[in-house]
Amino acid sequence: MSSQFSPQEVDGDVLRQVRAFFDTALPGNAIGADDDYFALGVVNSLMALEMVTHVERAFGLRVETEDLELDNFRTMNNMARFVERKLAAARG
Amino acid sequence: MDHAAFAESARAGAAAWDAGAGLPAEVVRSVADAGFLAADLPVEHGGRGWSATEVGELCASLGGVCSALRALVTVQGMVAAAVLRWGDRGQRAAWLPALAGGDRLAAFAATETGAGTDLSAVDTEISATPGGLRVRGRKVWVTFGQSADVFLVLARSGGGLRTALVEADRPGVTVEPVTGQLGMRAARIANVRFDDVTIPAANAIAPPGYGLSHVAGTALDHGRFTVAWGCVGIAESCLDHTATHVGTRTQGGARLADHDAVRALLGRCLAEARAARAVCAHAAALRERGEPAAIAETVLAKYTASRAATAVSEHAVRLHGSAGIAPDSTVGRLHRDAVVMRIIEGPDEVAERHLGDHALRRRR
Repeated sequence: MSSQFSPQEVDGDVLRQVRAFFDTALPGNAIGADDDYFALGVVNSLMALEMVTHVERAFGLRVETEDLELDNFRTMNNMARFVERKLAAARG
Repeated sequence: MDHAAFAESARAGAAAWDAGAGLPAEVVRSVADAGFLAADLPVEHGGRGWSATEVGELCASLGGVCSALRALVTVQGMVAAAVLRWGDRGQRAAWLPALAGGDRLAAFAATETGAGTDLSAVDTEISATPGGLRVRGRKVWVTFGQSADVFLVLARSGGGLRTALVEADRPGVTVEPVTGQLGMRAARIANVRFDDVTIPAANAIAPPGYGLSHVAGTALDHGRFTVAWGCVGIAESCLDHTATHVGTRTQGGARLADHDAVRALLGRCLAEARAARAVCAHAAALRERGEPAAIAETVLAKYTASRAATAVSEHAVRLHGSAGIAPDSTVGRLHRDAVVMRIIEGPDEVAERHLGDHALRRRR
């Protein structure tokens, strides 16, 4: 099922690996999959770069300058969808 | 020539560069010709594909002899790292081989009189203009700003902070040399004014909103790493100079090293220097494995090594006695440089705050 609120189902494994970063970086956090952690003010300046490194390492992809749209990194669900798009593009 | 031999060859000139007009252009050229600029760039971009450890050892060798030589490697490496990471295909092709070959010298223009530790407060502005982008503002403490061909400028814009490359020969760029500062006197530091400088839109690196966290963040991370290793060089060099001095200098028939207090202080210096090297090696290993924690561990390395460099160099000055404070004192020069290392790329207290966060996340 798709609607304007869930444009794309999020793969559970991908989301789990995205969440793993936040569970390590912010132990005990209660960030929801659709929460904007930038707006919540919980992500410091170093974490934004760490997030990039984590996603690249966990999924074997490369975040390019063209991928730098804030929406891609604003929530865990958005990041998981971004990862799935990158992986799908890499598969061709 | 390997970097240890190169550093040795620079030893004789370092004091004069510090006292005079800075690192001479022919020395800068020789660093480039030796392949030491942006050596960690991949081979396909003109670099040598050096590991973090190799770059670190280079910076330790240079830093132990002349902080300006190390700073040259630092600033070129910072801009190259940012363009490699966040430039597009065309920008990488246009800039990276020129940076690695030293055909273009780069500088990082971020700090302003009203924005130092908190770079989010920069007032320099990049705005759209017919034919590209317009840059307006004034940057201070730009290392090698006097000799740079291109500046990586951090500025605010409509969509948030952003970065762009601004060539030094564009109309409206004015370079004002800084002289007489405490340390890093040979590093050709400048304040730079950008008076409505027009640049092509293709000079912008990454979209608005990513200038500080990603582009400047990548440059500063690289800078902290090379500064940290430069500090290892300062600490080890001061230790060597001091061990030689106290082992040979006699007062009242006894060597300085015959005094327990002197040997104890030397031991403390050895412990500081060795610990700094170990922390930097740890950061290098994490960087080579591409671990997210490498960023925080690099903050730790720079924090630890710059404190070691100031502590060891201060002891070195005192153990040299009047020779330590003389105009031609090598340890005196290294101490003045070390104090600057405690401030650039983030002062102690800012690092401590990040390290506190890092400690919290490591609890299990």
